[in-house]
Amino acid sequence: MNLSAYIAGIGVLGPGFADWREAAAVLSGAKPYSPAATVLTAPVLLPPTERRRTGRVVKLALAVALEAASRAKIEPAALASVFSSSGGDGHNCHELCQALALADREISPTRFSNSVHNAAAGYWSIATGAKLESNVLCAYDASFCAGLLEAMTQIAVDGESLLLVAYDTEYPEPIHSKRPLPDAFGAALVLTPDRGPHSAAHIEVALGEEHPDTMADPLLEALRVSIPAARCLPLLSRLARAHAGRTVLEYLDASTLAVNVAPCS
Amino acid sequence: MKPLLLESFTATSCIGQGIAPTLESLRARRSGLTRCEFETVDIETHIGEVSGVDAVRLPRELSRFDCRNNRLAELGLGQDGFVEAVERVASRCGRRRMGVFIGTSTAGILQTELAYRNRDRVTGELPASFDYRATHNSFSIADYLRQRLRLEGPAMVVSCACASSAKVFASARRMMEAGIIDAAVVGGVDSLCLTTLYGFHSLQLSSASPCRPFDVARDGISIGEAAAFALLTPPHGQLNGEEVLLLGVGESSDAYHMSAPHPGGDGARRAMQAALRSAGLDAEAIDYINLHGTGTPSNDRAESQAVTSIFGAATPGSSTKGATGHALGAAGALEAVISAITLKSGFMPGGVNTTCVDPTLTARYLSENRASPASHVLSNSFGFGGTNCSLIFGLASRALPGQVSR
Repeated sequence: MNLSAYIAGIGVLGPGFADWREAAAVLSGAKPYSPAATVLTAPVLLPPTERRRTGRVVKLALAVALEAASRAKIEPAALASVFSSSGGDGHNCHELCQALALADREISPTRFSNSVHNAAAGYWSIATGAKLESNVLCAYDASFCAGLLEAMTQIAVDGESLLLVAYDTEYPEPIHSKRPLPDAFGAALVLTPDRGPHSAAHIEVALGEEHPDTMADPLLEALRVSIPAARCLPLLSRLARAHAGRTVLEYLDASTLAVNVAPCS
Repeated sequence: MKPLLLESFTATSCIGQGIAPTLESLRARRSGLTRCEFETVDIETHIGEVSGVDAVRLPRELSRFDCRNNRLAELGLGQDGFVEAVERVASRCGRRRMGVFIGTSTAGILQTELAYRNRDRVTGELPASFDYRATHNSFSIADYLRQRLRLEGPAMVVSCACASSAKVFASARRMMEAGIIDAAVVGGVDSLCLTTLYGFHSLQLSSASPCRPFDVARDGISIGEAAAFALLTPPHGQLNGEEVLLLGVGESSDAYHMSAPHPGGDGARRAMQAALRSAGLDAEAIDYINLHGTGTPSNDRAESQAVTSIFGAATPGSSTKGATGHALGAAGALEAVISAITLKSGFMPGGVNTTCVDPTLTARYLSENRASPASHVLSNSFGFGGTNCSLIFGLASRALPGQVSR
C-alpha cells in the first residue's frame, strides 16, 4: 500500500519563527535565519478558565495545530489527529517531582491531570469539538517521524483527513541538564487523502535506511538536531521552496523515512 | 478490518505472573489488591502491586534501562514463552518487518521522583546515575523492548493516559494493513509511582478501600501495575478453533473535559460503535464486555449509559479492576489479555469486591463468574483527556471457520 497524502495546511512555531509564513521565508532562503526565543501566547481557542491552566506545551501544540487547520481551511472538528512529542510538559513534570520530593507531597490536582502525555490533544479536542480518533505518541528523538508514519498509515488504511502535530518544549533545571532542549518548537501538517483546493503538495512516504538530509545553514542545523520536533526541518525546507524531489528524515537508529514531495501548483 | 491473530499473549499483574495463575485467580475470584505499603507512600488506599519486581535484573548490556517499569516489563516478558514466540515469528518474517507499539502513562517516572530526593545540595543537580532517556522518557519502555527482543522495525510509545495500551492495537493494525510490517509486539507496561498515587488522591478519585466497580457504594479507583503483551500476525495457514483474533477496533474523543468523562458516555458509545463497525458485527454478537469499570461514581455511570444505549440491559459485562486494580496505561493490554483468556477458558469472570450492584446503573453487571463460553468479547478503555478505545476479540472457530482445521 502506498503511503501518500496531500498537505493542505502547515503550522510552525519555534525560535525565530512566529508562524509558517516567517518560517517559509527563512527556509526557502529568501531571508536569513535570526534565532530568537520562541514566543508562546495563550490559546485563544480555550475559555479563560482553561486558558490559565495550560502550560507551554499546550500553548505550542494548539498554536501550530490551529495555524495548519486555518491554512487548510478545514474545520478542526472534521480532522482526526496524531500528536507526537518527546517529552510533553517539562515544567509541569518538574513541579510535580519537586512537590513529591517534599515532606507533605501535596500536589495540585490540575497539575496532575495536565501531566498526561495527551494533555495537548485533550485540550485541542475540547477547544475545537474534535471527536474523531486522536493518538498521542512518543519516540524520543524520532517522535516526528513516528507521528508521520502513524498519520500516513491512518490515511492509507482508513482514508481519513487528519492533523499531525509534533511539538517539544524545554525542561527547566535540574532535568534540563539531562535533556538539554534549548527552547520550544512545533510543526503541524493537515494531511488529506484526496487533493483539495488548498493542497500545497503531494507527499509519498517510505521506510528505509538511507543517508538522512541535514540543513545547510549551521544555525538551522543546530535547531534541527537540538529539538526532536525540528527533525522535520528538511521536509519543511523542501515545502517552503516548493521543490519537487525527495527528502530523507532520520527515524530510529539507522532507519529513515524518505518523503517524495510533488508541489501541487 | 482484517482479523489479526494473537499468536502469543501474556500478562503479569497482581493477580498472576503469566496466563495460568491469572486464569486461576479469575476462576477463584481472587483480588490482588492490598493496603498500600509501596515505597514511602503515606496515603490510605489499596494497590495492585506485582510482587518480586525489585528482584528482577535486566540483561547486563541493557543495564542503563534499569528502573521499576522496565523490570516489570522484563518480568512480564519472561512468561508464557512470549520471547520464544517473538523469535519464531522473527525467523519467519525478519526483524525489520516487526514493530513494537507499547502503551504507558508514566514509564519510569518513579526513577525521576527518587532522583529529585537526591539532588546535589549545592548545585541542585540530579544524581549522575539518573538516565533520562532510558528511564524517564515515555519511549524508554518501547526502546527497552525493541532492544531486548532485537527488533528493527517501527517502534513507538502510545501515551493516551488510561487508553494507551488499547490504542496500540489500533496503530499496529493500521501499520500491518498498510503493509509496513508483517508482525507487531503490542502491549502495555505501567508501574506504581508517586505521581499517580498522590495524583489520583489529589483529585479525590482513589478509594481508601479496594475498589468496587459498579457497586452502589463505589468511591474511587485502586491503582495497579501490569505488563501485558500480545504478538499480532495476520492469520496464516490452518488455525486452531481456540485461537484468539483481534476483530475490531474503535477510537473516539469526548471533546468534553480533561479528567471527567462525558456524563452521558457519548465518546464511549462512539468508540464501541466504531469497534462493532470495524469488526462487521452487530451488538447481539457480543457475549461479554470487559468494562473499563474504574470504580469512580462518574466513570461507571457514563460507561453504563453508553453500554446500555448499544447493548440494552442484557449483555453481561464486568470490570476486572476489582481484582487487578487499575493498571492505567497498561490496563488496555491487560484487559485485552483477560478478554483472550475469557474466550479460551469458557467462562465469564465476574467482578470481585462488588457486593451490591448500583440499581441505577442499567448495564448488566456480572458479580459472579458465569460458566458460559463467549465467542466475541468487547473490551473498553477510556482515559483522561477524553480519549476512548474499544477492542473486539473473537475465537477463530467463529470468526474464520474456513481457516480452522477440524
